[in-house]
Amino acid sequence: MAIELQHVSYTYSQDTVYEMHALEDVNLKIGDNECIGIIGHTGSGKSTLIQHMNGLVKATEGAILYNGKNIYDSDFALPSLRRRVGLVFQYPEYQLFESDVFSDVCFGPKNLGLSEDEIRARAKKALEQVGIPESLYDKSPFLLSGGQKRRVAIAGVLAMEPEILILDEPTAGLDPRGRDAILTLIRDLYEKRKITVIFVSHSMEDVARYVERLIVLDHGHVIYDDVPKAVFAHYKELEQIGLRAPQITYAIDRLQAYGLRTSQIVTTVAEAKNAVLEWFAQ
Amino acid sequence: MKNITIGQYYPTDSVIHRLDPRVKLFGTIVFLVSLFLTDHYLGYAVITVCLAAVLKLSKVPFKMLLKGLRGILILLLFSVVFNIFLVPGRELVHIWFLSITAEGIRRAIFLGIRLVYLVIGTSLMTLTTTPTDLADGLEKALRPLNKLHIPVHDITMMMSIALRFIPILMEETDKIMMAQKARGADFETGGLLKRAKALIPLFVPLFVSAIRRAIDLANAMETRCYQGGEGRTKMHPLCYQKRDKRTYCIYAGYLIAIFGINRILVAFQILPFLFA
Repeated sequence: MAIELQHVSYTYSQDTVYEMHALEDVNLKIGDNECIGIIGHTGSGKSTLIQHMNGLVKATEGAILYNGKNIYDSDFALPSLRRRVGLVFQYPEYQLFESDVFSDVCFGPKNLGLSEDEIRARAKKALEQVGIPESLYDKSPFLLSGGQKRRVAIAGVLAMEPEILILDEPTAGLDPRGRDAILTLIRDLYEKRKITVIFVSHSMEDVARYVERLIVLDHGHVIYDDVPKAVFAHYKELEQIGLRAPQITYAIDRLQAYGLRTSQIVTTVAEAKNAVLEWFAQ
Repeated sequence: MKNITIGQYYPTDSVIHRLDPRVKLFGTIVFLVSLFLTDHYLGYAVITVCLAAVLKLSKVPFKMLLKGLRGILILLLFSVVFNIFLVPGRELVHIWFLSITAEGIRRAIFLGIRLVYLVIGTSLMTLTTTPTDLADGLEKALRPLNKLHIPVHDITMMMSIALRFIPILMEETDKIMMAQKARGADFETGGLLKRAKALIPLFVPLFVSAIRRAIDLANAMETRCYQGGEGRTKMHPLCYQKRDKRTYCIYAGYLIAIFGINRILVAFQILPFLFA
């Protein structure tokens, strides 16, 4: 068991007029080598939730256990948690600050107190993983394109070699190619490096295609926590909280009026293709 | 960072909130003048009563104001301590080379009261007036300066933009700080030099983002044909109401009272007795 959240609640600006309950009684268990998606309407508490997972934000109530140890205990070393749980913020390119790409990626490993060789090796590996060519290493990060900046910023967290990687809307504002590259990278990290990957998304298509477990937040409550298919079976309820099922689910739904039959809910284009082919074959 | 109350607005509905911003600006000036004119306990008692009344009417919680005071704590301590020890006069206590005088204590108390009230008074104005209203009020109140070729509109526009961006940049600072902490940055430990160096990963992105925001804002203003104050009309033009006029009358009464007390105390030579 890697991270466990027990009855976690978080209130912004407690005891002021701006008081807001961002999370209420959240209970979650996140294990090793999982691929998890988090969806929810804007302001449902997604970002606040993931900021709890590496101890950046302290819960107003409840406890968070990392490998069985309460991270709020005074003898718990938070920096070591931040090394193991990598967090990539929304628009991570806004955190770039070094004069060249390579040094920026080195910032994380340098903070871990590693040797110079190790730092360089890790930075190089991380940049290779995100697909940044060596010719860009000594360019200023501010001169790169939006998608490249995003990938450099993700490399900055990857270079710390976390056991759990959390990304807050990693594809926001990217073109389709950039989006696919990032999502493929996430999937690779999960499949090849066997780490746990969690990402927040607004795209039902992306989570249906890439994750194995889907957590749905609404007004600070976890309302679903299941495999994507089981969650999207509740698409009527999802619509009421400002979400929906993938578009292909609706398309297949319509086709059922014409006689298409599926054994289970269809959430990806590939599944839809098979279902339609079977239907024609009959 | 969160202790700065100057420039923060406390949203609620009160008599003070509804006043014309010009009235509040003028009131703040009247208040500051009265603070520095007063030099005796009776006057400060009157000021305290008035300030407490305004505070009560504004519905701003006292806690908010106390938070603002935390920012000037060091300045306050310094000036009070210096005054206690350095003002010459009738000696009360003598420790080594330092001496505490009656005049020094009195001066220190007055200075303390002035500083605290100064912050409370100005915070009260910004807490009850939105930055937009404040800039509008300032622009209209300072309009005569246009004749002296002082670009009043531009200055107030800059001021309101600056005020508007304080919360945004503070939020941004928070975000960048968290992002760098997630990459193992450490802002809290180490010596002065190490800590100053630790701020580079915070400041560089912050400046980049501030400049980016400024460019975006300039473009947005230009696409909406902004060209300065010339011929610009307002959606909500400022217009004095009955309550505003009444408030001006109250100011007059207040000033007369403060001056009056001052004069009477001086004329009847009561002042020296009060502190004898």
